[in-house]
Amino acid sequence: MLELERVTKIYRLGVLGRKALKAVDSVSFTVARGQVISLIGESGSGKTTIGRMILRLTPVTFGRILFQGADISKFHGLALKNYYRRVQGVFQDPFSSYNPIFKADRIFNIVQREFFPHLTKGEWRERVANALCSVGLEPGEVLGKYPHQLSGGQLQRLLIARAMLLEIQFLVADEILSMLDASTRIDVLNLLAELKRIRDLAVLFITHDLSLAYYISDEAIIIYRGYIVEQGAIEKVFVSPLHPYTRMLLAAVPRLDRKWGPAEVGLKAQEGKIVGGCPYHDRCLHAEKEETCKHLKPSLVFVDDRHSVACHPMGRLAKGVSHGTSEARGTSVA
Amino acid sequence: MPLLEVQDLRVYYQTIRGDVKALDGASFSLAEGEIMGLAGESGCGKSTLGRSLVLLKPPMKYVEGRVTLEDFSLPIWDREKMNAFRFSKISLIPQYAMNALNPTRKVKKIFTDILATKGIKGSQVLPELRRRLEMVELPLDVLNMYPIELSGGMKQRVVMVLSTFLNPSLLIADEITSALDVSTQRAVVKMLVDFRDRRVVRAMIVITHDISLLYQIADSILVMYAGKLVEKGTTEEILRAPKHPYTRFLIASLPDIGVRYGERKLEGVPGCPPLLLQPPRGCRFRERCPHAFEKCLEEPPFVAIGPSGRQVACWQALEEHA
Repeated sequence: MLELERVTKIYRLGVLGRKALKAVDSVSFTVARGQVISLIGESGSGKTTIGRMILRLTPVTFGRILFQGADISKFHGLALKNYYRRVQGVFQDPFSSYNPIFKADRIFNIVQREFFPHLTKGEWRERVANALCSVGLEPGEVLGKYPHQLSGGQLQRLLIARAMLLEIQFLVADEILSMLDASTRIDVLNLLAELKRIRDLAVLFITHDLSLAYYISDEAIIIYRGYIVEQGAIEKVFVSPLHPYTRMLLAAVPRLDRKWGPAEVGLKAQEGKIVGGCPYHDRCLHAEKEETCKHLKPSLVFVDDRHSVACHPMGRLAKGVSHGTSEARGTSVA
Repeated sequence: MPLLEVQDLRVYYQTIRGDVKALDGASFSLAEGEIMGLAGESGCGKSTLGRSLVLLKPPMKYVEGRVTLEDFSLPIWDREKMNAFRFSKISLIPQYAMNALNPTRKVKKIFTDILATKGIKGSQVLPELRRRLEMVELPLDVLNMYPIELSGGMKQRVVMVLSTFLNPSLLIADEITSALDVSTQRAVVKMLVDFRDRRVVRAMIVITHDISLLYQIADSILVMYAGKLVEKGTTEEILRAPKHPYTRFLIASLPDIGVRYGERKLEGVPGCPPLLLQPPRGCRFRERCPHAFEKCLEEPPFVAIGPSGRQVACWQALEEHA
């Protein structure tokens, strides 16, 4: 349904944009109907930028994003409106998504004015009530309230209800749980899973929390410095992670059944451009780190039909292929 | 003799509609070298408890209670008098390090300004400062940078060095990792343990809603709900055999790696916490509790069960024990 083709985003920094920062580096993946894909990475990995590009909040520098076969950057006027009817986003901070001086349900009125001006008040009210019930909210409890009178979990669910009013097929959920309590988190997460099951909703679940990602997704994409380092069916990525970065992330998750081992977790490298080579090279603690990693950027190679990794030693190890079959994909940063 | 002793502490928030009873009677103690986790949902009063021990300012209002640290009675109701203890005896790492650093000052200036309030010259302590920055793996260059030039994790570590520089006896860390990535979170939390192991601080309270994080580092866990303490015990006791129904809910709602929606559906805590403007009579968890019975209309005491010093505030748990 949604397809990213070698999407790259370069931000211009500094006076007159003399410095270039490659936030997203030729990322390709597809999302099918009813599929939940987790996009996992640390802050600054470009995961939010990918979400924003899909929602057309940020233009794409190179590459294309296709929705049902049509390039979304070509959408204007009615076509764009129709796109937003089907594709919507919910973001991290529910409190800043509302204007505090208006009542929270104003977000529904805006949707009606823009998309459903032909409906009568009664019809609309019924639709809102249905949408609220589908996200587990009691209409009487939330309608007519100001944002500060509602909890973070309620506000976040209102935003999902707002998206559900449009006949959406694809939802970009960007860190929607990170501001919520553990107890409310699971409710919102269950809600997403229900919507997927009942309404065949596809979700791009952007997060840095791996346990939450594992709970609901079908597929995981691990991204580091804008580059996909590992991708595949969720159980493959989590049960037998290949990339050293994925392993490090998994080892860092605090778990209730196991204490942290002595494994070293490298702190995030601060600066440094990627001058060719593997983007994870300077942080990599892998024993088989080799000279190739410094110079040649690994491409994403399939290790089995539902799992691929971009790492020289691991890719070879898993496939049993000889040296030099993996070519550098993409170019280095300016 | 415990290092910290808090007795019956009550701190309310003043609003135009009356007092919000955010912290309504807390008594607990902390031993030398102990890292105590303070857990609960947002609005349960855990941050109020942490903050009131360091800087109690309006709209917070001291109602009653005694705080004793190393045999000193802390005058927490008096902001001026607390100046003598703040930073040197008791220190807080706030939740948003980004807001804690003045954006118009270089990091070095921020350090010297704070030390000057304690009558210490910045130049005297430079070697020690260097050692401390090394401890949290920060390059020396950060001293000549503005906060805007640092990442979130780096700012957090700068604030950690700042808060612990005078070797406070008690360090309170308030949700310091909730804005960080899992990898940075792990590194930062390890550094906290390091502070204790190297005796930079003598005891620590780690406030968080993430119980799985506490399992990694805490010696004991104190759970709060709606302004009340509900359960305290060693980390193992709380996680393996929680007594209070609320603690059980909290632990059950955590997704672990290995749990998937299709296989086992996790449940959140049903209902919402009560409003603390007029808290309900009796146990505050009563409305959401599956085991509530008549006795719960009466407030359960927070009392010790068993010899290990484990405490719980629940009538049912008390009956089971008796």
